[in-house]
Amino acid sequence: MARIPFFPHTQEDVSRMLERIGLSSLKELYADVPPEFFHEGDYDLPSALGESEVRADVEALAARNRKLIIFAGQGAYDHYTPTVIPALTSRSEFQTAYTPYQCEISQGTLRYIFEFQSMICALTGMDVANASVYDGPTAAVEAARMCVASVRRRKRIIASGGLLPCVRKVLETYARYGGYSLSISENPLSELDDSVAGVILPSIDRTGCICDLSGAAEAVHAAGALLAVYCDPSALAVLTSPAEWGADIAVGDAQPLGMPLSYGGPYAGFMACREALMRKLPGRIVGQAYDREGRRCFVLTLQAREQHIRREKATSNICSNESLMALWATIYLSLMGPEGMRELNEACYRSAHDLRGRLLSTGIFEASPEGEFLKEFTLVPRRDAAHLHKFLLDKGFFAALPDEEGRVSFCVTERRTKAEMDALVAAVELFAKEEGR
Amino acid sequence: MSYYDRLIFELSKSGRRGAYVPCGTGKAPVPFGNGSGIWRKQAPALPEVSEPDVVRHYTRLSQLNFGVDSGFYPLGSCTMKYNPKICDALPSLFADLHPLQDEETVAGARELLSRTGRFLSAVTGMKHFTFSPCAGAHGELTGLMIMRRFHEMRGDTARTRILVPDSAHGTNPASAALCGLEPVTVPSGPDGLVDPEAVKPLLGPDIAGIMLTNPNTLGLFEKRIGEIASLVHGCGGLLYYDGANLNPLVGVLRPGDMGFDILHVNLHKTFATPHGGGGPGSGPVGVCAALKPALDAVDGKVSAFHGNFGVVVRAYAYLLMLGREHVKELGPFSTLSANYIKESLRDKYKLPIDSVCKHEFVFDGLLDDGGREGVPGATTLDVAKRLLDYGFHAPTIYFPLLFHQSMMIEPTETESLETLDEFIAVMRRIAEEAASDPALLKSAPHHTPVSRPDETEAARHPVLKYSPDK
Repeated sequence: MARIPFFPHTQEDVSRMLERIGLSSLKELYADVPPEFFHEGDYDLPSALGESEVRADVEALAARNRKLIIFAGQGAYDHYTPTVIPALTSRSEFQTAYTPYQCEISQGTLRYIFEFQSMICALTGMDVANASVYDGPTAAVEAARMCVASVRRRKRIIASGGLLPCVRKVLETYARYGGYSLSISENPLSELDDSVAGVILPSIDRTGCICDLSGAAEAVHAAGALLAVYCDPSALAVLTSPAEWGADIAVGDAQPLGMPLSYGGPYAGFMACREALMRKLPGRIVGQAYDREGRRCFVLTLQAREQHIRREKATSNICSNESLMALWATIYLSLMGPEGMRELNEACYRSAHDLRGRLLSTGIFEASPEGEFLKEFTLVPRRDAAHLHKFLLDKGFFAALPDEEGRVSFCVTERRTKAEMDALVAAVELFAKEEGR
Repeated sequence: MSYYDRLIFELSKSGRRGAYVPCGTGKAPVPFGNGSGIWRKQAPALPEVSEPDVVRHYTRLSQLNFGVDSGFYPLGSCTMKYNPKICDALPSLFADLHPLQDEETVAGARELLSRTGRFLSAVTGMKHFTFSPCAGAHGELTGLMIMRRFHEMRGDTARTRILVPDSAHGTNPASAALCGLEPVTVPSGPDGLVDPEAVKPLLGPDIAGIMLTNPNTLGLFEKRIGEIASLVHGCGGLLYYDGANLNPLVGVLRPGDMGFDILHVNLHKTFATPHGGGGPGSGPVGVCAALKPALDAVDGKVSAFHGNFGVVVRAYAYLLMLGREHVKELGPFSTLSANYIKESLRDKYKLPIDSVCKHEFVFDGLLDDGGREGVPGATTLDVAKRLLDYGFHAPTIYFPLLFHQSMMIEPTETESLETLDEFIAVMRRIAEEAASDPALLKSAPHHTPVSRPDETEAARHPVLKYSPDK
């Protein structure tokens, strides 16, 4: 049998080690295991493959996926990834490190997390951000828990029906198991009462419309509750920030900051809040410190909030973050800068408005009421939405995503070329013609 | 390499750029900043740097880090094994798949998930898996949701408490509490194990189940698991297996055969995916056949889409290389390495429980800490910091909470005998240093990019983001 390349034990090594322990076989290492529990016989796994065979196997699987041109968003956005990012994040000092418990040999990780926190604060306008959580929807759950932990004797959270379906789904799942009770409302501000701990509103709703949040924070605060805003951090480069709207907490998914779609992950959730809520913010937080020689350095801080100290009294069980993806977002924002982020949003805005106009001229959509939008928009088709979606799928487009109300959404990022948009419009025209027959 | 002190913000110069952005199609006038309330008035304070600035900055930051590729990383409970490079090369094959794509366009991705589920079933003895959880603690929470759902589906709503041993990982009681279950602590016996006699009086119609990690956090096999399983099942409860310590069992025995009903697996520990400085991980949850309906009720609903798919791709590739031939070597080699270190150091470090360990073990500090009248002895923290000087990562320290000077060492199966011998030699040398000159340890590390920071001050006056005037 060929040796596996990452188990270095030779027969001689094994004998020497057993001798030191005072045993004569590997089996004796398990002498404390009751015999009925041993797994006798072969494991139901394929025969071991070598590296070249593994590569071929996974390539064959990948070839069974269809390559589509993506004109859809709904929580995952096809922005371009500058080559610099994977080149740097794949450096093994970043990739193969653990959580930075030993700060003296983890200054790389700690420094980029501090930069990530600073950039999330810059985008959201908030005072404090954490080192990231699993994804946007779980960040929304943590925001709900923060509200409940911060407002005495209130457990109800009102979430806007305008939140993305993936966010609403996860909020509903967690609500079922305690911590907070959830109401979904199309008009959350009209339902405020003294049972409400927090309100979660989108900065851009699921149809792509940018939300005017004037007055929201005042109303929520007047009712004694906190306001959390779910946002797209890429769009925040040009949108009024949650802090400027008066929100207390800002959360969302960092995926639009150059992370590949990757069939849904890994991405990274982000969380930021006002200073007053700092000690209620879950997850890892990195702070500035000084070492014995007075040199600036960075450490995990405010750990008294966390599960390994507080155990069942912790407000969150999270003990990791999506560190490497936080690095991804940090490098992305460094490369883009304020100017690049504005240009990116301009490109999305122009292309999305161009496409919407051209789709409307095909005559198969109703001119639905229009709010201001950036890269994602929703139309009402005069034909069956699911049928349109499938027709476009056959032509190689992932577009016209149907929602529960029979509408379809489109999304255009800076990655979509004029040729791809022409082809999509032509496909929709063909659909209109064939359907018209 | 000298200490590198800059933040990316401190390299910023107005007018610099590190990325090209295309300008889009169409001629729609862009209304940003037109005075309407929805548009931002001032650009966010992001750094303005060139591409070479960025590349050099993050390269230098990486050089201040220590990873598994830099050296031995015996961090207990974290299973810091080598991460095969081929596994990292494969996720990008799936980079352009949108998570909401129609089933028929993602056949390869679905097949990969279903094969990985079958492989994990073979290794753990569980029947069905969900890949939605993004990390171990996320898996615990998902597993407990499944437990609660199972009881509810039987119309049993009285089970609101869950047994958790005092040696459990901190995430166990935290996950239980978040899932609406009240954790009830089971004290460990003098041998460090859960005694079924201690479990018995805690059982009743209000107990949803028990959370166990086996081997436990002392690295000791809970050998009375069969009796514990009968007791808990007998009162209508379920057994949850915390997969953090699965490594030594791989290829030898399976949680499913010991009576566990639900488990999570840390792909970033047992199945060799890189830890990424604290994530992304992946914590798939497996259940026995009877719990399939409860699993289906939460599958896909605890995270945005399908969990951390890119991490699953890596674990799949690793499982292919392991295969049925090498899987049987994994657990025994990791166990062999841990016992070898333990036996080689027990004359210098306090071994609180003398027994064959599994993949990890716990020392309770130094036998001779050098402490004398007026001279404080060296602590576990001091040993850990001194190890950094010698080019090793430290063990997990001050966990488990059962001892005051816990030092939890887990070598994994990917370290060679030579590496283990070097580590042993250094640990012995540190013990000698402690005995003769504890102050040397107290001021360690001496050869790292920075020395010990003042963490108390950092927590008292937190500076948590960059601001130009500080």
